[in-house]
Amino acid sequence: MSITAFPPVTRQAPPLHPRGSGGANVAGIEPRSPSASTSGVWIGIFAITMSFAAFTSALFVRQGSGDWIHVVLPRLVYMNTGVLLLSSLTLEMSRRAFAGAPKGNAGALRRSVLWLGITLVFGFAFVAGQYQVWKQLAAQGLYLATTSNSSFLYVLTGVHALHVLGGIAGLLRLLARMTRKQITLPMSSVANTAIYWHFMGILWLYLLLVITVRL
Amino acid sequence: MQEPSVQPAHVHAPPEGFLRKHVFSLDHKVIGKQYYGLGLLAVFIGMVLSWLMRFHLVWPTVSVPGLEFLSKVGAPGGVITPEYYLSLMTMHGTLMVFFVLTNAPFAGFGNYFLPIQLGAEDMAFPRFNMMSFWVTFVAFLVLITTFFIPDGPPISGWTAYAPLSAVGNDAGPGLGWGQSLWAISIAIFCIGQLLGSLNFIATTLDLRTKGMTLMRMPACTWAWFITACIGLMAFAVLLPACLLLILDKLAGTSFFIPSGLVVGDKLQPHAGGSPLLWQHMFWFFGHPEVYIAILPAMGIVTHVLVTSMRKPMLSAKVIIYSIMSIGFLSWLVWGHHMFVSGMNPFSSLLFSFPTLTITIPATIVTLIWLGSLYGANIQINSASLFALGFISMFVSGGISGFFLAQPSIDIYLHATYFVVGHFHMVMGVAAIFGIFSGTYFWYPKMTGRMMNETLGKLHFWFSFIGTYCIFMPFHYLGLIGNVRRYSTFVDDFMAPYLPVHKFISIAAFITGAGQFIFLFNLFYSRFRGKQAPANPWNATSLEWSIPSPPPWDNFGGKHPVVYHDAYQYGVKGSLGDYVMQDSPETILEE
Repeated sequence: MSITAFPPVTRQAPPLHPRGSGGANVAGIEPRSPSASTSGVWIGIFAITMSFAAFTSALFVRQGSGDWIHVVLPRLVYMNTGVLLLSSLTLEMSRRAFAGAPKGNAGALRRSVLWLGITLVFGFAFVAGQYQVWKQLAAQGLYLATTSNSSFLYVLTGVHALHVLGGIAGLLRLLARMTRKQITLPMSSVANTAIYWHFMGILWLYLLLVITVRL
Repeated sequence: MQEPSVQPAHVHAPPEGFLRKHVFSLDHKVIGKQYYGLGLLAVFIGMVLSWLMRFHLVWPTVSVPGLEFLSKVGAPGGVITPEYYLSLMTMHGTLMVFFVLTNAPFAGFGNYFLPIQLGAEDMAFPRFNMMSFWVTFVAFLVLITTFFIPDGPPISGWTAYAPLSAVGNDAGPGLGWGQSLWAISIAIFCIGQLLGSLNFIATTLDLRTKGMTLMRMPACTWAWFITACIGLMAFAVLLPACLLLILDKLAGTSFFIPSGLVVGDKLQPHAGGSPLLWQHMFWFFGHPEVYIAILPAMGIVTHVLVTSMRKPMLSAKVIIYSIMSIGFLSWLVWGHHMFVSGMNPFSSLLFSFPTLTITIPATIVTLIWLGSLYGANIQINSASLFALGFISMFVSGGISGFFLAQPSIDIYLHATYFVVGHFHMVMGVAAIFGIFSGTYFWYPKMTGRMMNETLGKLHFWFSFIGTYCIFMPFHYLGLIGNVRRYSTFVDDFMAPYLPVHKFISIAAFITGAGQFIFLFNLFYSRFRGKQAPANPWNATSLEWSIPSPPPWDNFGGKHPVVYHDAYQYGVKGSLGDYVMQDSPETILEE
């Protein structure tokens, strides 16, 4: 191919272009979603949903084999559920306090940090509670490979707990950034972490339903 | 409301120090090159493996010097055992599908050019981006490790069908730690791809510069975006599948291993698992994976062709809509890999319809390419030759898909060389031609040097003729009934067709050797190639509006404003025959 240098195109003012299917001209373009991080969280949530849909489908297919012995869930599971749901509530309190705190409003910020701390305590309590549930199941003689039901139970709760730990890491990061002297924490970071954390709660409710009905 | 494209939230500082610049770089361009380099390494290993297989198929008793050092058990005295043949085949498939066809056209070129074509200074999450490459690299190392453990690589193929892949060493060599490492490697690979896909999608949605509407994005950006959407769903399913396989292997669970399975005179201590479950989970990922390989190549080919033709496509929009439809339909067709798996015949019918339907958007895209080429004064260079070669491969390999999509015909052709020929042409070589086309096209931008055109054309003809010599006869062998995965055909009904196999093997050696022309060109031009101007092809998209190679922040701290569609070629009344996307020049309706 021959490489020819064309004279530079004269830069003219009018940006309007009747031809071209690109839709509106520059002036008419709507602002897009406010933050890539928010999109990122939702895309991540979508991927996690797909993974758990895959686990659930596997469970339904596997149930067809017939070797299905129902597991009696330890009561602690329901307490853990309560703790996780409460943590969503406290995180929401923290988010609202942070949103309601105009610059320099130390009281609102303190409230936000306090609620965040409580959320973290609940978060850790949930994971510790799930660990206790596994220990109680093991005490009944139900291990990962004992029955097909116990296999799914450990896999679903284990993978969920891993995702909750990821959420806890996010909360710890928020706490660290909220307690600095110079706070440069954008509201969207708090909101995005909250979206993820609430999703962990919703996902858990779904899993609990699957576990109680199917396992 | 704040406009993110004007003030992107994620800008990293200029890189300092060797590690930050070249190894653990946050720069999408360096990460793109790293993916491309990893793809190059993997394709080289994969090609050598295919040579070894082709050699063994026609000279099964002849020793390959030095091979005994790789595996004393698998190749005693340099002669490949039937089991080791299967190991080589597994590794060939795994390397090519995951580490070449996913890495180079999508993660490689996509990382490098998607942000630039959108007018962004980097990906939305540069740290995730860096992680995604290094996670992928670890997956590669874990996979390669299987060559060097006593167990050797697995023999279960790149599809790792259960229960063979789940029962362990009783079923054959490589199925112990080899298979476990395979599953771990693929699980890690999934994490890398999920991080990558997340980045691609968020970047496309949120970091487009002012004026860059969705429909103004170049075709390849669209293809990468759609591929990322497919990848996000596909790898999110393969990851759980691999986790369950790992648990079956290492923790004694029974997800995929059925009751009463006796292997090697040993009753397996598992009960109730479903081998079909693995196939469903694997192919739910596996079929979209085909499109993860081919869609970026389709985008690249559109991008290259339109530039070479110097006139717009008949409809670039319809190409984008067709790629979208292919992406959507790719979710409904996985069962066509399982027509002979024993599933309900009605299910086969259900999977056959969407499979045949998917040929409609694929045909539309092809017809738009061909229709646009009609009457075009196309500039022939290495990039456009490979783009034309892509169309040829895509059509030749795609046509056999019509036959395989029908369950009644597939029952005969399943697991024969017909299938191997089909997918090698339509997704393997076609996608690789897309990578080559992209390489010759974008090399000047990536390195600031032009590639040697004479060597490029020579490389094309070696590859083009060679590919047909190798894979066309595959179809005939398949029709005769030549089954795949057999290591030799010396004393069965296939013996009379051994000369065909010999022809294929010799063609494979020559075609493979021809690739060294490309390798030489790639490295030679980097240092000795002609200096490339900013826009050597007189192209319109944003990557050509910045210097070659681009500065670390792409647009020098500015944000381009986009005024036009991606492909304003053959514009009458303009000073050139093209108008760049960021040129405020007015284009009048004719």
